[in-house]
Amino acid sequence: MNGTDWLVLIGGLTAIALVNWWFFRAGRTPVAAPAAPTGGPQEVVVAVRGGYDPGSIRVRAGLPVRLVFDRQEDASCSEEVVFPDFGVRKFLPPFARTSVEFTPAKPGTYEFTCGMSMLRGRLVVE
Amino acid sequence: MSDHQHHRRGLPVMEPVRAVPPAPPAPAAAPAPDAKRITFPVSGMHCASCQARVQQALRQAPGVSDATVNLMTEQATVAYDPAATTPDALVETVRHAGYEAGLPSAERSAFEEQEAQDRSREEEYHRLRFRSLVSLAIGAVAMLLAMPLMGAGPHGATDPVMNWVMHSLEPTLRSVMPWLYAIPHGALRWTLLALTLVVMAWAGRHFYTNAWTAFRHHSATMDTLVAVGTGAAFLFSAAVTVAPAWFSARGIAPDVYYEAVIIIVALVLLGNAFEARAKRRTAEALRGLAALQPAEATVVRDGREVTVPLAAVHRGDIVLVRPGERMPVDGEVLSGTSAVDESVLTGESIPVDKAAGSRVSTGTLNQAGAIRIRATALGADSALGRIVTLMREAQGSRAPIQGLADRISAVFVPVVVSIAIATFVAWTIVGDDPLRALTAAVAVLIIACPCAMGLAVPTAVMVATGRGAELGVLIKGGEPLQRAADVDTIVLDKTGTLTEGKPRVTDAAIDDDSALLAAGLERGSEHPLARAIVAWAEGRGLELPAPDHFEARAGFGAAGVVAGRRVLVGTAKLLEAEGVAPGAALGSAERFSAAGATPVLVAVDGEARGAIALADRLKPTSRTAVARLHRLGLRVAMLTGDRRGAAEAVAREAGIDAVEAEVLPEGKVAYVTRLQAEGRVVAMVGDGVNDAPALARADVGVAMGAGADVAADAADVTLLRDDLLALADALGLSRRTMRTMRQNLFWAFIYNVVGIPVAAGVLYPAFGVLLSPILASAAMAFSSVSVVSNSLRLRGFQGGTR
Repeated sequence: MNGTDWLVLIGGLTAIALVNWWFFRAGRTPVAAPAAPTGGPQEVVVAVRGGYDPGSIRVRAGLPVRLVFDRQEDASCSEEVVFPDFGVRKFLPPFARTSVEFTPAKPGTYEFTCGMSMLRGRLVVE
Repeated sequence: MSDHQHHRRGLPVMEPVRAVPPAPPAPAAAPAPDAKRITFPVSGMHCASCQARVQQALRQAPGVSDATVNLMTEQATVAYDPAATTPDALVETVRHAGYEAGLPSAERSAFEEQEAQDRSREEEYHRLRFRSLVSLAIGAVAMLLAMPLMGAGPHGATDPVMNWVMHSLEPTLRSVMPWLYAIPHGALRWTLLALTLVVMAWAGRHFYTNAWTAFRHHSATMDTLVAVGTGAAFLFSAAVTVAPAWFSARGIAPDVYYEAVIIIVALVLLGNAFEARAKRRTAEALRGLAALQPAEATVVRDGREVTVPLAAVHRGDIVLVRPGERMPVDGEVLSGTSAVDESVLTGESIPVDKAAGSRVSTGTLNQAGAIRIRATALGADSALGRIVTLMREAQGSRAPIQGLADRISAVFVPVVVSIAIATFVAWTIVGDDPLRALTAAVAVLIIACPCAMGLAVPTAVMVATGRGAELGVLIKGGEPLQRAADVDTIVLDKTGTLTEGKPRVTDAAIDDDSALLAAGLERGSEHPLARAIVAWAEGRGLELPAPDHFEARAGFGAAGVVAGRRVLVGTAKLLEAEGVAPGAALGSAERFSAAGATPVLVAVDGEARGAIALADRLKPTSRTAVARLHRLGLRVAMLTGDRRGAAEAVAREAGIDAVEAEVLPEGKVAYVTRLQAEGRVVAMVGDGVNDAPALARADVGVAMGAGADVAADAADVTLLRDDLLALADALGLSRRTMRTMRQNLFWAFIYNVVGIPVAAGVLYPAFGVLLSPILASAAMAFSSVSVVSNSLRLRGFQGGTR
C-alpha cells in the first residue's frame, strides 16, 4: 500500500459513510404539516418532485383526509402514489394535482410510497 | 420540452376559477359572506349573445350573487349562497336557457383516470423510444470515433466488449476508413465529448435532474444509479480530454469512455421504453372493460333525438339504444323489446330478453330491437363503473409477499452506491490498473436494478386482477389473492351457489286433469312452490283456468275453487284438516321426500288425487365445478338449512365431501370458525347478502350470483358469473399468480445477488471475467422488462371454463 492507496481507502470509507448518513439518517426528522379540520376533510398539499414535500404529514384519526398531490415532474418514478395500508394506488398525471381521500381509523404511522417503493413519505395519524 | 414543462408547471390545473376575468358586481345581491364558487362547463354557445343569455339567466337565478360565462373556455363561474341554491339547480338553469351544462365530477371517474394513465404511458413510450434510438445512432458514431483512440492505449481497452469489437473490426476499419486514423487524438476526444454532452443533456437529461431532486429529498432511485455511473465515467473521460498528458505521466492510459456513456444512456432508455409499453399492457383487461362504455348517447329531449357526449347525460334522461349499440347508462326499459348480451358483466353468453320494466346495464350489447331506457345510474355509479373502480383499487393494493422486496428496495440504492465505492477502492489497492477500478465501479452502479424487484409483485397483481375480471371474477386486491392461493377448504352455502335457488317440479304422481286444476289454483299465489307448479304445468302445454276463489293457508298450502271444483294443494296436514284422507297420495309424497324433494299433495272435491315433487335443482355446472375443485386438491363442504335427507341427496349428486344440514344463519359463522380451528384455510361461498358474517369470518369470502351489486361489500372475491366454475377459475388464477410472483421475486433478487458481485469483479482473479458497463446496462434494462413480461403471461390463464 502506497500513499495513493491510503488516500483512496480513506476517501472511499468517508464517501461510504457520507452516502449512508445522507440517505438513512439525515433529513428523517418529521416536517409535520398540520392539518386543519374545518368541517371538511383534513387537507394537505404534497409536492411531488423527486420526493414528497412535506415528507411527513400529521393528521387526526377518524376524520377524512384529503391529500392533494401536486406532481411537478414527469419522471416515471413518481407516477403513482401508494398507501398500502389504505388500499390506495393512484396514478398522478404529470404537472397536475390529484386528490387522494380516505379516513384513517386507527392512530399509527403509515408509510406511503411511489409505485415502486423508492420514494417514501409518512402519514402520522394521531 | 423542458420549456414546455416550465410553462405547465406554473399552471394551477385544478383552479380554473382564477382564469376567468373578474365580473362586474351582480345586480341581485352582494356576495353572501359564505358564498361558494363553482365552475362548470357550458356547451352550445356560438356567439357573444349566447354567452350573455346564459350569464343573465344565471345571475337572475335565486341565490346567485355573481356569474361569469366565458365563451372561449366554455365555462361558467358562479358565486352562490349554498343555503339558497345548489349546483344542480344552477346546471338546470343553464339547461333551461337552452344550453348544455354538467357538473364536473368531484373526482375524475375511474374511466377517465384509466384513460389519462394510458395516454401518459403511451406518450412516455414514444418519447423514450425516440430518444433511445437517436442515442443508439449517436453511440454507433461514437464507437467508430473511439476506435483509433483505443488502439493507441498501452493497455488496450479495459472494457471487454469494446476490446472484442476493436479486435474484430479494426483491420477492416483501417482499410475502409484510413482517414479516421489520421485525425489527431485530441480532436477525436473533443468531438466525443461534445456528442456525449448532447446525449446526456437531451436524451438522458431526466436521469440527472431526477437524481438531483431525489438526492435533495434524501432519497435515491434507479435514476441515481444511472446518473452516478455515467456521470463518473463522463467526468473521468472529460479530465482525460482536457489533460491527457497528466494521466500519461502517471502511467494511466488516456482512455476515454464516452461511447460507453452514450450507449448506456441509450440502452437504459430503451429498456425504460419497453417497460413503459409492457406496463401499459398490464392494464389491458381493465382498459377493455372501460372501453365498453360508449362515449356518446342518443338522448330524447323535447321529443327530439339528439346525440350528446356521455358527460351531458343525466339521471332520469330518456336514452335511445339501437340494435348493435352498447348501453351507455344503467337504466330501466321504458318501451321496446330486445335481447341483450350481458356476457361482459356476467359471462353468460345467452342473450337476456328485455321488455318494459327490465333493467339494463352499461356496456351490455343490445342485439335485437331499439329500446328506450330511463337512465338510473351513469359513469362511475353504473355497475360497470363500480367494477372498473373496484378493479383499479384492487390493482392498487399490495400483496403481503411484497414485504421483503419493499424492505430491500428501501435501502437498495445507497447500499449499491456503497458497494461501488468499495469496489473502486479495492481495485485501486489490489489491482494494478486504476482504469479497471473505474469500469468495475461503474458496472456495479449500472447493473444494479431495484426496478425489477419493485415490479415483481404489483405487475402480477395487476395482470391477475384484470384477467380475473375478464373471466367474471372480481378479486379485491393483492391480499385476498394471496390468501385465496392458500385455501384448502371450500364451504358452499347451498342455495344459490350449488343449486339454482328456486324450486322446480322434479317429479309427479298425478293425472293431468288434477294437475291442471292444482296449477290453476296456484295461479293465485306468489309462493315460490306455487310459481314452480304453474311454470311446470304451462311447460307441459296446459291451458290454465283462473281460480274463482283462492285462500292461502300459510305454512300448509292453498285452498279454493277452480272451474267449479273444490281444490286443495299443500301438505298432508292440509288435506287432513279439510277432512280429506291422503290415501295413496301420501305414499308418493313419502317417496319424494326420501329422494330429497318437497312433496305437495293435491285433492279435488274431497278426494286425494296425487302428489307433485319439487326440489331446488343443482345448476348444470355444479358437478363439473366440484370435480374441478377436487382436482385442485380442495375439500368441499356444503352448508344448508334444509333437512339432512334433502341436503345429503344434493351433496351426493354434486359430489360434495361433507354436509352440514339444518344450519341456522348463526351456525354458518360457527361452522367456518370450527374448520379454521382445525387449521384449515377456508373460503366461504354465499350470495353475499344473507351470509355476510360468514363471508367476513372466512379467510376468503366469495360472493356469487348477485352480480356487481355486492361487489363492494363483505366479499374478498365476487363471482359475476352465476356458476361455481368461476370459483374454480378464481382459485386457479390466484395459485398461478402466486407462482408468478415468487418467480419474479426470485429472479429479480438472484439477478442482483449474482450481477453485482460479477460486475465488481469477483470472478476476475479466478477466471479473468470482468463485466463491461455496456453489457451491465443491457442486462439492467432488460431485467425489469423480463419481470413485467413474466407477469403478462398471466393474461393467458384459461381457467378451463370455455
